[in-house]
Amino acid sequence: MNLAWLAAGIGAGITIVGGALGIGKLAASAMEASGRQPEAASAIRVSMIIAAALIEGISLFALVICFLLSGK
Amino acid sequence: MLDTLTANSAKLAADTLKQVAAGQGEKDNWIMHHVLDADKLDFKPFFEIQLPHFSLFGIDISITKHVVFMWLASLLLIILMIKVSKSYKKSLIPKGVTNFFEVFIIFVRDEIAKPTIGTGYQQFVPYLLTAFFFILFCNFLGLVPFSATATSNISVTATLAISSFLVTQISGMRKNGIFGYFKGLVPHGVPIALVPVMAVVEFIGLFTKPFALAIRLFANMTAGHIIIFALISLIFVMKTVYVAPVSIALALFIYLLEILVALLQAYIFTMLSSLFIGMAVHQDH
Repeated sequence: MNLAWLAAGIGAGITIVGGALGIGKLAASAMEASGRQPEAASAIRVSMIIAAALIEGISLFALVICFLLSGK
Repeated sequence: MLDTLTANSAKLAADTLKQVAAGQGEKDNWIMHHVLDADKLDFKPFFEIQLPHFSLFGIDISITKHVVFMWLASLLLIILMIKVSKSYKKSLIPKGVTNFFEVFIIFVRDEIAKPTIGTGYQQFVPYLLTAFFFILFCNFLGLVPFSATATSNISVTATLAISSFLVTQISGMRKNGIFGYFKGLVPHGVPIALVPVMAVVEFIGLFTKPFALAIRLFANMTAGHIIIFALISLIFVMKTVYVAPVSIALALFIYLLEILVALLQAYIFTMLSSLFIGMAVHQDH
């Protein structure tokens, strides 16, 4: 068996853990903030989406590396 | 029963190993075959259309699957947008398809460009609208059966990101002057000792932003298609038809999610481009 496949699988798993932690923390804070101040909800949503996209971008970098590894 | 299962999986593993050893593993990978670019249009159970090859000064410029669907998206956009702009020349009250597009155009202008760029946002709205609608049309064309997603090709997304990069840099330099623009990269109030480090970090940051834009769009559009194919291939991996309802239901769910992702990625690309433009033009905040 190819060790690169093992590396790709483990890497993808760790990436998902990191990305999920980041986006989960972000969403929790955004929910709390818009609960405290409902009139600012739309502004909070926009900045939440931007931050989520940045976190997602970083985790996708790692996933692309895993994907390249799986083709080895 | 366990014996036959073990024997089956052992045979499958042996076959796969043999294929990999013979260098055929890549060729038989049907998921990659559907996601990657190809030189023919694939209507597999019915027919295939072979596309012509061209080369100019030794550079391969042959028309591929993704190019065809990119042109189709552009053609649809040209036809629809000419219709929309003609309708506004007749009367300012939108009618029919114009109504539908007005929602998106107003959204891009008022929710994306205005809050992120601020004063002088008007000159960037045409570029943002072009990027938004082109990405949206490419993404949605990729969801039609037998078609291909042009935005799941890294060259297409890289070209889009490079145009965003050029618009950002050129507009920043025009507003602040070339020297002032590079001077403004380092924020005010940074301790003198940190200035060289910050300058390097900010300069590298200029190039990682479009790189992230390209990878984000490419990976999102590719990943959705790979997940759909992987769920359907569960039927063939498990070699039983009883998995079919589960895997079809899950694939359908991912497909519906893809509709959301197609809209969201067009929004995020436009939003981040506009944010970067705003940061380059108004460096003081």
